[in-house]
Amino acid sequence: MIEKIKSKLRGNGFLLFVTIVLFFILYIAGAIAYGDRNFTSPQVFLNLFISNAGLIIAAVGMTFVLITGGIDISIGSVIGVVCMMLAWMMEIKHMSAGLAIVLVLAFGIIFGLVQGFLVAYLKIQPFIVTLGGMFFARGLTAVISSDMISIKNETFLNLANNKIYLSFITYYNNRGIAMHPYIYLSVVIALLVVAIAFALLKFTKFGRAVFAVGGNEQSALLMGLNPRTTKLKVYVLNGFLASLAGFAFCLNSCGGFVEQARGFEMDAIAAAVIGGTLLTGGVGTVIGSLFGSLIKGIIETIITFQGTLSSWWTRIAIAALLCFFVILQSVFKSIREKRLAQSED
Amino acid sequence: MDKLKKLTTCRLFWPLVCLFLVLLFNFIKSPSFFKISVNNGVLYGYLVDIFNRSSELIILAVGMTLCVASSAGTDISVGATMALAGGVSVYLLGTGNTYNMPWILAILAGLLVSIVCGMWNGFLVAKMKIQPMVATLILFTAGRGMAQLITGGNILYIKVPNFKYLGGFLPHIPVPTPILVAIIVVVLVSLFLNRTATKLYVESVGINPKASRLFGLNSNRIIWLTYAACGLCAGIAGMIATSRISSIDANNVGNLMELDAILAVALGGNSLAGGKFSLGGSVIGAITIQALSTTLYALKVTGDQLPLYKAIVVIIIVTLQSPEFKKFMNRYKAKRAAKAAGEKVAS
Repeated sequence: MIEKIKSKLRGNGFLLFVTIVLFFILYIAGAIAYGDRNFTSPQVFLNLFISNAGLIIAAVGMTFVLITGGIDISIGSVIGVVCMMLAWMMEIKHMSAGLAIVLVLAFGIIFGLVQGFLVAYLKIQPFIVTLGGMFFARGLTAVISSDMISIKNETFLNLANNKIYLSFITYYNNRGIAMHPYIYLSVVIALLVVAIAFALLKFTKFGRAVFAVGGNEQSALLMGLNPRTTKLKVYVLNGFLASLAGFAFCLNSCGGFVEQARGFEMDAIAAAVIGGTLLTGGVGTVIGSLFGSLIKGIIETIITFQGTLSSWWTRIAIAALLCFFVILQSVFKSIREKRLAQSED
Repeated sequence: MDKLKKLTTCRLFWPLVCLFLVLLFNFIKSPSFFKISVNNGVLYGYLVDIFNRSSELIILAVGMTLCVASSAGTDISVGATMALAGGVSVYLLGTGNTYNMPWILAILAGLLVSIVCGMWNGFLVAKMKIQPMVATLILFTAGRGMAQLITGGNILYIKVPNFKYLGGFLPHIPVPTPILVAIIVVVLVSLFLNRTATKLYVESVGINPKASRLFGLNSNRIIWLTYAACGLCAGIAGMIATSRISSIDANNVGNLMELDAILAVALGGNSLAGGKFSLGGSVIGAITIQALSTTLYALKVTGDQLPLYKAIVVIIIVTLQSPEFKKFMNRYKAKRAAKAAGEKVAS
């Protein structure tokens, strides 16, 4: 048992371990500092998921892309255009909510398909392709409407505001009244995505192909895998998840405007990197990205509870954490390389 | 025919063709496009405007080319560095009716900050062996926040009129100062690269850092220096951008400029996988991007719709330049030639 844990903790497992421990350290620090202001209430914890549902979904998609050694910087813009399309279709074109949601998800898949084709089959650098995708989606948002559209469609608002109470947890608020914490639909979607993506990476042929292609494309090819179709599938999956993240994002914001979710892709990349995913490919976990997103959430929550610090401190804190993690990764890499060199001698 | 083939395989051929097409389109649309006149003692016209507006991008692209060539990675923090450098200088000069300190000292302080930013990125990339994009992501995330801390979250305005010289016109000189600065930067850097062995060093490190190390080059130091140079270029661009509007708005100075700079490098026919590079290509790429934007503005496309059309053009250009596409076209041509030959034999 101990041996098993030890072998899990070695190498990249350790990075994941550090991420999870750091999350709990931050949570406990917040609980000690602001315990008197209900920081420890289950609702505050669940709010982490509620306000970051979109980020969690996007970070999962990003993890797949990063594992294949690619990158996708278009997802922030895709989220923006998805919100705008939802708002436009429901408010200006008076479509039903269901149809609009299906259409935007289809848009995400097509978007991913085109990007994947350019990356996998035409071998253009993923950075440039998705940079084009980023500009395209952001421009499209402005072409649809340069004014803000807020959603008033009843079905959609019902979906967005439908509180799902977790009746098996009971807590008492300041006045001593028993309360049940609640979550929204977006959290359910996000957790489902994490679970499915985890299973996909861990237990399926496709998941192993993703790791193999990211680790070394040449060897993957020699093993009989098809790197092109694997990459294409990953970009399609990522496009779909980006539009799903846009849907979850829209459930929170209930509207579309041009500047929405600007810079979101960097948050997703930061979440994945904090969660132990390497940009060189071949290494990464979905659970790590989940905790990476939650760490961003907890920093925001602490800064909100603190009250006097301005919001750009969140960015600085995230940058400092990012710095800590990449240096940790690099130290680990050099230790492993040294060990390899010794064992070769 | 052979000559034509030689011409098309030349590095700068396709980037130049792209630029030419954009300019040709403009010429057909409005024949007055190439007219340059002198108003109030300064040059005036579309072309001057394109050059003027693209000077920051040209300077950024020069630095970016070096980073890309030496480390096969991109520096995405240049926009944030621009804001930080501009913020420091404006903060030092103060918002009063006179400067708080000599102008040149404040500018140098801003440039120093940008070099430090570049060195930090270079340290992470060269010494700590972190992938360039992640390493620069740190400053990308924090840089604007730090600039906001310096400016206190406000837009600071400079009241002294001669602060505008750098981004506007020097007295008695008809050419906009940003163009002069861009030309000086490009000429100095290319002279330095080509007259010394530096260009060779940077390329060899980019192609294979380990082999260059064994060959006796200090690969880490060369990578580190290219990042420092990229930081300095970002600082210069930041000074021009700040001086243009005589104020610092840490949220918007150089916003998304890093992406345009990377695009300029790619449009110039340089591989983002490092190694051989052409500074001229990047400069042409930068001018192409700006010419494209100016054209679209002239076509009454609004600023926030602009990226859509830019993306379409960019995707077409990079697709045409991609080796896989060229291979495909060659195969198609060969097939057609074979078919034609077959028909001839049959008849």
